[in-house]
Amino acid sequence: MPGAALEVAGLEVAYGSVPVLRGIDLRVDSGSFVALLGASGCGKTTLLRAISGFVQVNAGRVLANGRDITHQPPDKRGMAMVFQSYALWPHMTTAQNIGYGLKLRGQSRDAIAKRVNEILAMLKLQGLGERMVTQLSGGQRQRVALGRALAINPDILLLDEPLSNLDARIREEVRHEIKALQQKLGITAIHVTHDREEAMVMADRIVVMDAGNIAQQGAPEDVYNRPVSAFVAGFMGAGNAIRLEARPSGNGLRIAAGPDNSAADVTKPALGPGIDASYAGPVIAHFRSEAAILSAASDAPDGALVLRGRIAQASYPGGHYRYGVSVGDLNVIVDSGQRLNVGAAVGVRLPVEALHLFPADGRANQQSFKQAS
Amino acid sequence: MIQLKWLPRGIVLGLLIFAIFGPLANLALWAFAEQWYYPHKLPLTYGFRFWHQVFKPRGDAIESLYTSVTIALFTVAACLAIALPAGYALARLRLPFRAVIMLAFLLPQAFPSLAVYINIARLFYGMGMNGTITGVVLVHTVHGLVFAVWITTAAFAAIDRDLELAARSVGASALRAFMNVTLPLAAPGIMASAVFVFLESLDEFTGTFFVGVPDVITLPLLMFTASIAGNYQIAAITALILLVPSIAFMLFVERFLKADVMAKVGA
Repeated sequence: MPGAALEVAGLEVAYGSVPVLRGIDLRVDSGSFVALLGASGCGKTTLLRAISGFVQVNAGRVLANGRDITHQPPDKRGMAMVFQSYALWPHMTTAQNIGYGLKLRGQSRDAIAKRVNEILAMLKLQGLGERMVTQLSGGQRQRVALGRALAINPDILLLDEPLSNLDARIREEVRHEIKALQQKLGITAIHVTHDREEAMVMADRIVVMDAGNIAQQGAPEDVYNRPVSAFVAGFMGAGNAIRLEARPSGNGLRIAAGPDNSAADVTKPALGPGIDASYAGPVIAHFRSEAAILSAASDAPDGALVLRGRIAQASYPGGHYRYGVSVGDLNVIVDSGQRLNVGAAVGVRLPVEALHLFPADGRANQQSFKQAS
Repeated sequence: MIQLKWLPRGIVLGLLIFAIFGPLANLALWAFAEQWYYPHKLPLTYGFRFWHQVFKPRGDAIESLYTSVTIALFTVAACLAIALPAGYALARLRLPFRAVIMLAFLLPQAFPSLAVYINIARLFYGMGMNGTITGVVLVHTVHGLVFAVWITTAAFAAIDRDLELAARSVGASALRAFMNVTLPLAAPGIMASAVFVFLESLDEFTGTFFVGVPDVITLPLLMFTASIAGNYQIAAITALILLVPSIAFMLFVERFLKADVMAKVGA
């Protein structure tokens, strides 16, 4: 097991009397790429800024390679940050921007020029060294900002939504470039983003944040497939939520038939980490629009949970149709390849593995999900 | 049919030009008039006689110009010494009563200047500072501080904080980041405030009159004495000398100062 490049323990930060981080515990392995994922205002940027030393910490500790840096100034932490605004210095050329950190370290002019050229070549910015940064395009500026941070060989690279100012097409490209670069250099990276796909594509480990707490952390597949709370399920794309009744049965839970749904048995391992097999009472089931299958209203359940509803809305986002299906007084979104008419009665088949169940009496979960959606 | 829509606009513009350039033209006439008396509408003879008189070595005017510039430079230095840290603090820190602090610098201008300066003169008498360059510089500094602090605050506030943090993050100490990033970027605004203070000091009359006279004679005081004595030529030439830096400043502001800095003045 690789050592921890960074450890955060019991970290609390408040702006005035408003708590922003409520006791964060985080471990970042050396050489890994960690994404802090969350909606705006969840504290992810504050966490990054507390790690980098730009924000005063109220309680808790930050350790880099085992060294307590909680009260170290930002320039003594061995980290380098790439800013959302890029924060390039407009009174300097590209080469001066990239070489500034080396100049601070008292390196010779030749050594700086050599390293700057290396960085320019690595980021495909050859020939732009003498250009003023104000004359560069958005994508180029983003690379210069990355180059400036990488030039000093930081122990940890901090990325504060560095892709959010780029065009969608360039963004996809840069995602892979940054990831490839990080792997090539073996550098530890912490990336803040509100974009789920970006986090999934780039990170080895995803930390989902909600209201100043870590809601869940783990490998991308883990967080995506086994959300521990309704909030995480909703944030990771399982946006459909329906209310059901459940009781323990055998090796899992039995969902009771309701006015709009059939009965189904959800047994381990299909039963996720969000609920206990001994739970009895109302549950909230989250599922993804692409995990549901539309069938005729009269089809037999066959082990799956079937919701009975009517098509209320139809659209074609490309590749498949997207339907708004009204089930009772709820609306769920379902993707399907079939062309169906508005008003048609349908059955929404949900394989039990596609269901993420959570206790419905956990009101807090419900509320935080609503805020995020 | 002849279109006459431009006429009202033309008349207004003409009046405006007359209001601005009329007095200046009068000034220029007086500066080059060697003989001009009632009832003649224009000077009788033109020439540079009075210019020679003003610019003759060790003449009053040259000495006053020297005094004025010395006082103005010291005033700029004193104002910047206060305005740079104050402006940075006001722009960056979340200070309580920030608006009150900003307004406090305006106080010297808020009261009738005669009353203020007579009392300052009384105080300075007691301390033996009347008639000293130091005394006049102090008065000018208090007067210029509001511009210096407001403009530097705006200049610092216009700089994105992330630019400083980016320097910190690649290893610059707070002071290095300020010297290498913040100060160069704020330089146009700081220059503007320096030039503004310089001009204010150069033009200042009331305070200098009460605190400086008779030992410290600046250009405006010389101009005043000259026009009281009826030496309109000397007064006009002195006024023209005072006009040069003002126009230079206008061009500077127009050329170097960005709108986003000016928009933040006093905010």
